Amino acid sequence: MKNKGLTKVDLIFESTDVRKVMKKAFEMTSNEIIEQILESGLKGRGGAGFPTGLKWKYTAAEKEPEKYIVCNADEGEPGTFKDREILDKAAAKVYAGMAIAGKAMGARKGFIYLRGEYRFLLPQLYVELHKFHKLINEIGYDFSIEYRMGSGAYICGEESALFESIEGFRGEPRNKPPYPTVSGLFSKPTSINNVETLVTAMMIIEKGAGEYVKLGTKDSRGSKVFSISGDTPIPGIFELELGMTVQEFVNEFGDGDTKAVQVGGASGFCVPRKKFSETIIGFEGVPTGGSMKLFNSSRSMYNVLHNYLEFFTEESCGQCTPCRVGCQQLYKGIEMVKKGESKSTYLNELVKLADTMKVASKCGLGQSVGNAFRSIVENFREEIIY
Amino acid sequence: MYHTGNMVKELAEKHGRKRESLMPILQEIITKHNYLTDDAMVAVATELDISAAEVYGTASFYTFLDTKERGRNVIRVCKTITCSMKGKNDIISTLEDILKIKVGETTPDKMFTLLETNCIGWCHKAPAMLINDMPYTDLTPETVIDVVKGYMR
Repeated sequence: MKNKGLTKVDLIFESTDVRKVMKKAFEMTSNEIIEQILESGLKGRGGAGFPTGLKWKYTAAEKEPEKYIVCNADEGEPGTFKDREILDKAAAKVYAGMAIAGKAMGARKGFIYLRGEYRFLLPQLYVELHKFHKLINEIGYDFSIEYRMGSGAYICGEESALFESIEGFRGEPRNKPPYPTVSGLFSKPTSINNVETLVTAMMIIEKGAGEYVKLGTKDSRGSKVFSISGDTPIPGIFELELGMTVQEFVNEFGDGDTKAVQVGGASGFCVPRKKFSETIIGFEGVPTGGSMKLFNSSRSMYNVLHNYLEFFTEESCGQCTPCRVGCQQLYKGIEMVKKGESKSTYLNELVKLADTMKVASKCGLGQSVGNAFRSIVENFREEIIY
Repeated sequence: MYHTGNMVKELAEKHGRKRESLMPILQEIITKHNYLTDDAMVAVATELDISAAEVYGTASFYTFLDTKERGRNVIRVCKTITCSMKGKNDIISTLEDILKIKVGETTPDKMFTLLETNCIGWCHKAPAMLINDMPYTDLTPETVIDVVKGYMR
């Protein structure tokens, strides 16, 4: 497959007449909005990549009169900070995206669940929200948004844990099905979308799906905001067209000595140098919610994996055994191999455990631990052992 | 220790007495006092007409809803990978030196509590920390001293 190369774009942060876009959307039928989003091929920008149009379509299909649109601003994946920037610089577009989503599925109420670490943003976000409510009132449309805060729990970024938290409970993920589109917040049909997804959806309504599909590849349409950190001379937030290889990414952002890139945060995949040119960043290769961490040859991948496993051990909600005990055992396991208390072949047992967690864990947290574990252990086995 | 007094009653008037009022109430107590006392949790349970175990069970799930005594300023230094790579340990040891406490402890005058926390979303400006709600980024052992001194006055 021919790849697209690296192209910087500016769609998410460019200034937009949100009044005009909302008016346009409110004159469309629910079906017309959903058709546009489906045609655009937009997939969720939080990392899981579920088609946004389908989520809206399923929620719209529910007969229940009370429905909700929830904006997931609990960005907790290590290495991800783009949603903070979007809310900081373009909150009006997030609110407009929620109103448009609400129109598409018949929801009059929206909630934004903002992580506690970003509480300092609240005063300015309320100023923008006040302007938004005034604007939507002038347009003569019935829709309102409320903020709910997180309190430092990574797991609350998982959609059903987030609902539990808003409802006033421990943030423990629910069993699925039922899916949120059927029974979500307060057991009502709910569409829960990432901050960036909502802004992108708004932009698709503004420019038309036809324009949007010109960007990206068949499996990964459009552009994406990347959070770039680690061993790079230019850390920060960059919007890039999807479809580039890791090599092209490293050529632009690396420090000349990049040995690995962790794509998608602690729950994502580690790509070693030898696979840079064959790996595409996107749903056809390594999917990402935007977290890109570069490591140069001075870094120990044991330390990287150890740090991730400590993170998961602390952030596992503890509800299901495969995740709770699995994280602890992986964490202790690599320490034992490093200290020579276990043979290096014990790593094979640990990889099996990570695979078991993938199938047996209740939610995305436990299911994803194996991504980083397997890709780091397989590609940097000698660094884990010696 | 702080006195609960009428605070919880007033917060229940403001946020409501439904189960979903629980998080906003606990979060506002934290904003005021940085931790939840047993008295405060029992008062919340009474106002919301739920068991105190439910309140404690919920609070203890969330890292920021501390149920142990904390100082007036809670410092949370990010320990996740990028901050860790970019000198988090130097920041911690500088803080331990000037505050004369270890991670997890509170100064005897109850002014500062020093903690580590997981990723706070400032990896591009690592190392980073929060003091109460405010983020401080691109820290060096020199700048972190200035930041903390600002809270000593």
